[in-house]
Amino acid sequence: MEFTAKVEIENLNMFYGDFPALKAIRLRIPQNNVTALIGPSGCGKSTLLRCINRMNDLIEGVHTEGRIIIEGQNILDIGTDVVALRKKVGMVFQRPNVFDQSILDNLKFGLRIHRQMRSKNETMEMIQKGLEDVGLWDVLKDKLGQNARQLSLEQQQRLCIARVLLLKPDVILLDEPCSALDPIATMRIEELLRVLREHYTLVIVTHNMQQAARASDYTGFLYLGELVEFGLTEDVFTTPQKKLTENYISGNFG
Amino acid sequence: MRDSFRKHIQILESRVVAMGQAVEKAIRSSIQAMKDRDMKQAERIIKDDELINAQRWKIEDDCVNLIALQQPVASDLREMIAILNIITDLERMGDHAEGIAKIVLLLGKEDPVTPMTDIPVMAEIAVEMLCKSLDAFIHRDAKAAESICDMDDKVDQLNDKVYRELINKMLVRPQDVNRATYQIWAAHNLERIADRVTNICERIVYLTTGSMHKLPNVSSY
Repeated sequence: MEFTAKVEIENLNMFYGDFPALKAIRLRIPQNNVTALIGPSGCGKSTLLRCINRMNDLIEGVHTEGRIIIEGQNILDIGTDVVALRKKVGMVFQRPNVFDQSILDNLKFGLRIHRQMRSKNETMEMIQKGLEDVGLWDVLKDKLGQNARQLSLEQQQRLCIARVLLLKPDVILLDEPCSALDPIATMRIEELLRVLREHYTLVIVTHNMQQAARASDYTGFLYLGELVEFGLTEDVFTTPQKKLTENYISGNFG
Repeated sequence: MRDSFRKHIQILESRVVAMGQAVEKAIRSSIQAMKDRDMKQAERIIKDDELINAQRWKIEDDCVNLIALQQPVASDLREMIAILNIITDLERMGDHAEGIAKIVLLLGKEDPVTPMTDIPVMAEIAVEMLCKSLDAFIHRDAKAAESICDMDDKVDQLNDKVYRELINKMLVRPQDVNRATYQIWAAHNLERIADRVTNICERIVYLTTGSMHKLPNVSSY
């Protein structure tokens, strides 16, 4: 497969205590594409995702080996500035994690902790751009003072994506971003991912195979901590190379 | 995802129409080659049939990917199924045009046994049916699709007429049996082309209404 890789994962092993959660993962994540990670519960897909911005560091007893290269830097190196990394590699979670504050303050939050606040006008321009990119500006421009928790779940999730976008990340990690949403909202978020990939590299973890098929360009299938197969989504879902992948996507197990 | 799905569908539809236009051109050219006894043209048609086949494989591949990736349901699913059937008929119609081109090579420079009058008319009607069916496909026009099938009767009648005339010629002049048989084959190819257009019309009705049935006025073969 020929593509420019944004993230290169080399021989990655990760342990929760003695338990090997990821085994010798080798994966090149293509730039400006949506990559889906699929597999049954406990296969390591979320763990792998969280390695890419070192969210697993927050868990006690985690031990990681191998390399994850982003723009020539091994982000697993001890000296890595993890806060800067998480600005460059943003994350969107399963349930929209908006704060019990106004929409505006929610958006300013990331800018503040990453010291990205500019003049009032400049900040507002950034916020407008962020909300436009997620299709919320027209709806919310007159109610930025409203509490963000009053928004629909879909709008809250879009707001979370906007909050990530404001920090101008290169990579956006999405961990089951639609699992709290209804099918129509899910479809709209999937459409949004299609648009965002023109400027960002997206990696999405989903237990919903249909979503992986619809929304991604590349798919990786994980099983028991191993990357069984990785390829173009259309190839993985029409002519998988491994029997295990075929059995999983056909619903024979998992 | 539906927006991007719709875009894929529109691309597919335009590919189906392009394939239909290639088939239309092949039919017209094959009859012209038969009238002109133009063997070079016939050879071109035979070669170009590979392009029609390639169009069919490309569309089929796209359909398989869309079904696997987008999980279409209801009218979207019917459209996928309809397109898969339509391209099969179009590809076979291309084979019939190629069949006529091969007959041109068999006939060589010899005169036809009967004047080339009814066979070109059959071709004209078949091509008109094909063009109208492509139009009905794009406009989701089930009524137009049903009415196209009425035109098939005329093609059948002309085929019977050509057949009877050529059989009579064979009885009178047995030395013409080969050439007369080739002409019968050419007419038969056109009759099959028209039948395949009626198949396409049935698929358009299915795609539009969800009803899967043989249309009235369509001869069973």
